[in-house]
Amino acid sequence: MATSQQGSSAQTELVDYQSDAGDHYLSASSGTGFKSWAFTLDHKRISLMYLAGLSFALALGGAFALALRTELLSGDGFFGWSNDTYNQMFTLHGAIMTFLFLIPGIPAGLGNFILPLMLGAKDVAFPRINLLSFYLWATGAVFFVATLLIGGLDTGWTFYTPYSIETQTAVMTATAGAFVLGFSSIFTGLNFIVTVHKMRSKGQGWFQMPLFVWSIYATGVIQILATPVLGITLLLLMAERLMQIGIFDPSLGGDPVLFQHFFWFYSHPAVYIMVLPAMGVASELFTTFSRKHIFGYGFIAMSSLAIAFLGFIVWGHHMFTSGQTPIASTVFSFITFSVAIPSAIKVFNWLATLYKGSISLESPMCYALSFMGLFLIGGLTGLFCATTSTDIHLHDTYFIVAHFHYVMVGGTLVAFLGALHYWWPKISGRMYNEFWGKVSAILVFIGFNVTFFPQFVMGSRGMPRRYHHYIEEAYQSFHVASTIGAYILGVALVIVLVNLVGSIKRGRRAPANPWGATTLEWKTQSPPIHHNFHEEPDVPAIYEYENTVYNREIGGFVDRKVVKGA
Amino acid sequence: MSSANSVADKPDHDAHSEFGEEWHLAHHFHTPEQQFESGKMGIWLFLGTEILFFSGLFVAYALYRFNHPDLFEFASGYLDTTMGATNTVVLIFSSLTAAWAVRCAQLNQRKGLIIALAITLACAATFMVIKYIEYKHKIHIGLFPGAWSPTEMPDGSAFDPKVAPYNLSIFFGIYFCMTGLHGIHVLIGIGLITWLLIRSFKGEFTDKYFTPVDFVALYWHIVDVIWIFLFPLLYLIQG
Amino acid sequence: MNPLFFASDGTYWFAPPGTEFAKEVIWTFNFILWVSIVFFVLIVGLCGYFVVKYRRRDGVDPEPSPHHSTLLEISWSIVPVILCMMMFWSGFKTYMKMTTPPANTYDIQVEAQKWSFGYTYPNGTFSKELHVPKGENIRLILNSKDVLHSFFIPDFGVKMDVVPGRFNTMWFNAPEVNEHIVFCAEYCGSDHSDMISKVVVQDRADFEAWLEEEGNYVDRMSPVEAGAYTYDIYGCSQCHSIDGSKGTGPSFKGVWTWGQSRALEGGDSVTVDENYIRESVLKPKAMIASGYEGVMPSFNGQLNDKKILALIAFLKDVNGVPQ
Repeated sequence: MATSQQGSSAQTELVDYQSDAGDHYLSASSGTGFKSWAFTLDHKRISLMYLAGLSFALALGGAFALALRTELLSGDGFFGWSNDTYNQMFTLHGAIMTFLFLIPGIPAGLGNFILPLMLGAKDVAFPRINLLSFYLWATGAVFFVATLLIGGLDTGWTFYTPYSIETQTAVMTATAGAFVLGFSSIFTGLNFIVTVHKMRSKGQGWFQMPLFVWSIYATGVIQILATPVLGITLLLLMAERLMQIGIFDPSLGGDPVLFQHFFWFYSHPAVYIMVLPAMGVASELFTTFSRKHIFGYGFIAMSSLAIAFLGFIVWGHHMFTSGQTPIASTVFSFITFSVAIPSAIKVFNWLATLYKGSISLESPMCYALSFMGLFLIGGLTGLFCATTSTDIHLHDTYFIVAHFHYVMVGGTLVAFLGALHYWWPKISGRMYNEFWGKVSAILVFIGFNVTFFPQFVMGSRGMPRRYHHYIEEAYQSFHVASTIGAYILGVALVIVLVNLVGSIKRGRRAPANPWGATTLEWKTQSPPIHHNFHEEPDVPAIYEYENTVYNREIGGFVDRKVVKGA
Repeated sequence: MSSANSVADKPDHDAHSEFGEEWHLAHHFHTPEQQFESGKMGIWLFLGTEILFFSGLFVAYALYRFNHPDLFEFASGYLDTTMGATNTVVLIFSSLTAAWAVRCAQLNQRKGLIIALAITLACAATFMVIKYIEYKHKIHIGLFPGAWSPTEMPDGSAFDPKVAPYNLSIFFGIYFCMTGLHGIHVLIGIGLITWLLIRSFKGEFTDKYFTPVDFVALYWHIVDVIWIFLFPLLYLIQG
Repeated sequence: MNPLFFASDGTYWFAPPGTEFAKEVIWTFNFILWVSIVFFVLIVGLCGYFVVKYRRRDGVDPEPSPHHSTLLEISWSIVPVILCMMMFWSGFKTYMKMTTPPANTYDIQVEAQKWSFGYTYPNGTFSKELHVPKGENIRLILNSKDVLHSFFIPDFGVKMDVVPGRFNTMWFNAPEVNEHIVFCAEYCGSDHSDMISKVVVQDRADFEAWLEEEGNYVDRMSPVEAGAYTYDIYGCSQCHSIDGSKGTGPSFKGVWTWGQSRALEGGDSVTVDENYIRESVLKPKAMIASGYEGVMPSFNGQLNDKKILALIAFLKDVNGVPQ
């Protein structure tokens, strides 16, 4: 039952949303059998299934990464793989991480759980389509695993033609998988957009929405506008392989560079599908753990939309050396710099949020600060890649590899881990071990930098990417450092897994609001009931931290509520 | 005392019983209007993604036509304008009947709804039959995507490689991709309309609940609109 | 190497530049680097300072502070805009030079295939490593036989994809005698990482001597070897197989039935001998083998008689005819 106490003032009362009834979305009352999961329409259970699948994809992609890094300990191969084995390994690492983990990670995995809660809704707008999205994701995953089993894939995750037309590996299976995953992503984006438009609770205007919702909304816009183009591109690639339609195949009069245009028209915005939700997470974490209203709410919200829009008109910066006209490259370079501005606005606003806050370094905040540092490096090194002359040199070297890993791992993965630690008490109803949470955050930060910083230097010194063999005297020390870092990162991720999963058995019960956050997902019990809220919540003034008060007895925060009619 | 969990509502999977005639209201919506508007927005967004899905092909078309204008004019001569035009008329008419079906559903006219859907279905089938005849002829004379060359000139005489432009397959690659993908959409439409027809026989659509009819009709209009662009771009470009 | 990754020559981000382009690229790189370092130190420093200064203390409420400031928002939008435009401009200037070759260039064709680069000089000489005269404007015309490749000389700061079905070009001017590595930078299948070549920058005189020497490979090899080399580097293999299979042109296997006649398009026939081969190489349209189209280009001016004789020796060898 709820505990409530009279506040010091007669006009307010303190409310704890935690319930002892034991009835929640995982409990027997919501079903426990196989069917209660397989046919569930509950966004929270779908989210849990996603999280399980995402962990599997991350582990698989991570295992490939560790194998690759170990092979690269020496210039002619530590294990002595064949070139083809190496090529398949890096392709599958990239394809699995991108399509199965990074793109669905925060939106479909965590957004599914949190978005309806943040809006005070009972579910997303289309629960059946939500379940369909999950099964499409699972089907895509099956296709990728099948690719692995029936001959691998050696095109690189980019599927560049004409190599992808002529190679004998399982390109059809992999493209079919990516195609299906594309539809999963489209349906998720569509579902979330409609949810944000139509499912907000009474009184929640657009500018009373948490910033995470804004970022998911902007992500949804990209998902539905960009992903169909990937769909048709992959279909054309399949048609090219099956029927030699001659659109991308130069030997039949086609243009391989057209494929690159199509591919990057999707895949550049896809980078923002990965990183915008991460920025949304960071916004929530900085304000919550500083107990201070987010600085520049409107600018952060609008910068998400600006990034979503600008993301569509910069794809040509992947093609400075492809032979596109110098005018096109110049224009794309110019527009690319414009993306730096909304990104910079976000970083400065996060910094200003810390100013005069009351900062507590709990695990999610450690991840958030780590995100800030790593994303900053990822963003700043983007400037080298946006500048035409330097990119001509850096393109397709390890500098680029390091740059996008700083954005996608340092950005997306670190924010994903931060978000997972932040919302874990809500999702599981348990508190994890705070010490190991901090240790994992610090190890991720160290391991990540040791892995990827040397890659900047070796890249600018000329080491091309996707190279199995390299010149030892020029590059070996970088590779060795990088491999050591990768192992540290791997250990850190295992700690995260053990800590979080272990908490389900050993952790103490989570209060409704362990961090004192003000958004709606904390105004229900942990874990929430099947319908999320016992009654439709009042829409609070978000980010007003006077409204939550720490209570030592329950080890969490309670709401200070104005009593109506007092 | 907090009122936080004063209302202990159960998971209402069987929510329909509570709402009488509006039994299609899903548990997570407050009102039928909210549900209908959400659905409407969803279907429009989906149709937007459909357009974007085809956009890649339109871009490829524009690019290759710009690069090979003679080839496109010449190859377009192989296409049977009469059949294309017939199909255009058939599809436009079917859009009319699809819209009519929605109107019938809104007015509770079950018989009219069934007739309108049946005509739409018949038009869709006619379209596919004509498309089949066209495809069959193309393949018969060797106009298949890829490095094959045809056996006939557009006017039916024997193929003359000295007159015909090089790389005819580019046009037919695009032709088969565009019309093929459109054809798949027509087939999906046939499936959906059949489903509506079965449900209308059961009398499931009323003036209070006609959402599926409305949404399928919208989908059908998009399929129609795409064809209205495909027809002139592919069939009507001879000089 | 030391743990901080300084190279043995003391350089860090770049090896010593081999061209003016590379110098400009390094300048722009350093400009962006220092701007980045300043911002990074500023932001991370402030972040650390705030985390310590405003750490949560029991019973101490944070002081009130504004959560919006249009002036701040505008200033931290404008300053990056200005810096970004400077970076863009700095890169753009160099990029324009890179993409606009001067009028007087020495043109070398680069042909990429899995997994090697080949270079053809204006006089028809072919080599597997790129030699260029120092201090001259060199333009490379890039063409791929199969899939995408990318021609990358790290020391020169230049890179250009090699795309099948189109010619991309790049140019540079290397002022100093030296050797530099060439990488294929675009993934091209199995042996991508072994697709490495070399640029040798030489004095004009050395370069010309090398070109002369490289062109006279016939003198250095046995006739059959030289013929096989000719067959390989002049691209005969594109149309003429040596295993009897039919290509755009007739296979080299099966040609050599000495003294016998061979049917030509149009009903004539010709006797197979050395002169027939010579004629076919220099004036391919004159006698077209029956069943083929006359699409072969003339090699007049590219293949001298020495090379043609070597080719004939190779033809005989393929057919098992005694020399």
